[in-house]
Amino acid sequence: MHELSVSQLALGLDKGEFSSVELTQHFVNRIREYKDLNAFITEMGERALAQASYADQLIKENRHGALTGIPLAHKDIFCARGVRTSCGSKTLDNFIAPYDATVVRKLDEAGCVVLGRTNMDEFAMGSSNESSYYGAVQNPWDAERVPGGSSGGSAAAVAARLTPLATGTDTGGSVRQPAALCGITGLKPTYGRVSRYGMVAFASSLDQAGVLGKSAADCAGLLHAMAGYDARDSTSVNRSVPDYTRLLNRPLAGTVVGVPEEYFGTGLDAGVKEVVGNAIEWFAQQDCEIRYIHLPNAQLAIPAYYVIAPAECCSNLARFDGVRYGHRCDAPKDLHDLYERSRSEGFGDEVKRRIMIGTYVLSAGYYDAYYLKAQQIRRLISNDFRRAFASVDVILGPTTPEAAFMIGEKTDDPVTMYLSDIYTISVNLAGLPAISVPCGSVSSPGCGDHRLPIGMQLTGDYFAEDKLLNFAHQYQQETAWHKECPPGF
Amino acid sequence: MSVSAEQVLKIAHLARLRINAEEVENYAQELSHIISLVEQMNTLSTEGVEPMAHPQDIAQRLREDVVTETNQRERFQGIAPRTEKGLYLVPKVIE
Repeated sequence: MHELSVSQLALGLDKGEFSSVELTQHFVNRIREYKDLNAFITEMGERALAQASYADQLIKENRHGALTGIPLAHKDIFCARGVRTSCGSKTLDNFIAPYDATVVRKLDEAGCVVLGRTNMDEFAMGSSNESSYYGAVQNPWDAERVPGGSSGGSAAAVAARLTPLATGTDTGGSVRQPAALCGITGLKPTYGRVSRYGMVAFASSLDQAGVLGKSAADCAGLLHAMAGYDARDSTSVNRSVPDYTRLLNRPLAGTVVGVPEEYFGTGLDAGVKEVVGNAIEWFAQQDCEIRYIHLPNAQLAIPAYYVIAPAECCSNLARFDGVRYGHRCDAPKDLHDLYERSRSEGFGDEVKRRIMIGTYVLSAGYYDAYYLKAQQIRRLISNDFRRAFASVDVILGPTTPEAAFMIGEKTDDPVTMYLSDIYTISVNLAGLPAISVPCGSVSSPGCGDHRLPIGMQLTGDYFAEDKLLNFAHQYQQETAWHKECPPGF
Repeated sequence: MSVSAEQVLKIAHLARLRINAEEVENYAQELSHIISLVEQMNTLSTEGVEPMAHPQDIAQRLREDVVTETNQRERFQGIAPRTEKGLYLVPKVIE
């Protein structure tokens, strides 16, 4: 059952070939069997089976929708009433959310069954899932390698077939990078497409909820259920949500695929370059026009991001003060001691580092040199994309500069870790949608004939999620990379 | 620009983080390293470029000034570290 697509699962439920309770039990068993991956922070088997049983009732009464009875997993960043929402942090280890995030509510209403809460980098700050208070997650393709981050638990769980679908969030690549490193499909929508209400904030002008699945078609259905206007998120955009599933089959002939020269320069692994080159060739064979373009300010995306994201992070994380919820230190001697010790005990190294950078760049006298400058560069990066989309339908490049790296390989050097998001970050600065699609594999150094998956990134203009899913689906109709399951799962 | 040990302590104070004496040097090095990455921005002139604070160049939406939330004090205080009679407790601030 775990190899079936979401539409096959829905058909099976509809025809009575299996019940949602049976389906859910199957995944609950798999989650237990592959516990060593550490993909989940909280397993919710019992609650899931109750939800499944209710879904079966709805199906029997013919009151169901496309996702009724379909299991999924939530990244542990979306508040769910009565459920511990840790955000991968010791600070929120004891936090039982008192309300539902809009994403959680919408998927509950769609009849989805929640299998559990997936592991993640602490407060979504990381590219390897190693900053989680609950420990690193293993990449299902190689247990010694990272699954990527910050939605590493979600990506590993989908790749290992522990859940058909998972939610994620993406501030600088946190859906696309782990999707690429785990060999699955992951989409970050346009900023404002999905409500951020109830999603623990990291960098509010960059954060966006996203979807992870085995295929673009699976992601299309999940995005359709999550997207839409929400009065409770002041940056949510009031714009109708297309039926992405119905738009998957448009022919690609005559469309224009832009390939940025800047994404194929130094720093890109030769194996990744070759694999992504093959994908470009595939689109050319479909009678797409391949047009080489320039994104001249792309190399400044990381420097600008490491001003803007920490600045917003230090403001957002000021709320964790040990007073209203979350971790509180023992026996504080005064208010200052309460704040300082609660925060220092509750936050891990990477979170503290980013709070420190953010505080530094925003401190008196430095605003113009760092924050203002970064916002100006953000404008230039956004203008580069605007110019490109005047003449191309999508932009194609690698999602990551290399395949999954080893656990521990980059933990001693934050800057090297930051560079693993070199191709994904500019998309967040501009607020555009992008999808990572499995497009090949490379041999894993020192592991014989062991292969590691590679992803290509397709970026679209604002609200062009339908086009990205259409391109990805057409590619997946003719290729089998997305069907590859890690050995042993 | 490199970040000094003194600056590390000042920033930590502003951020309400406690940094132990033996961690200060390490922080100074790491932050300096990150700030030098950030300063690659200076290779580009941005004179006259309008700063972009947000992906959507639109004004903040306004809504009617009506009550939309109900009082849920007990539920919210149920997850607080210390409360008493509906109040959040902190160490004494005024002597």
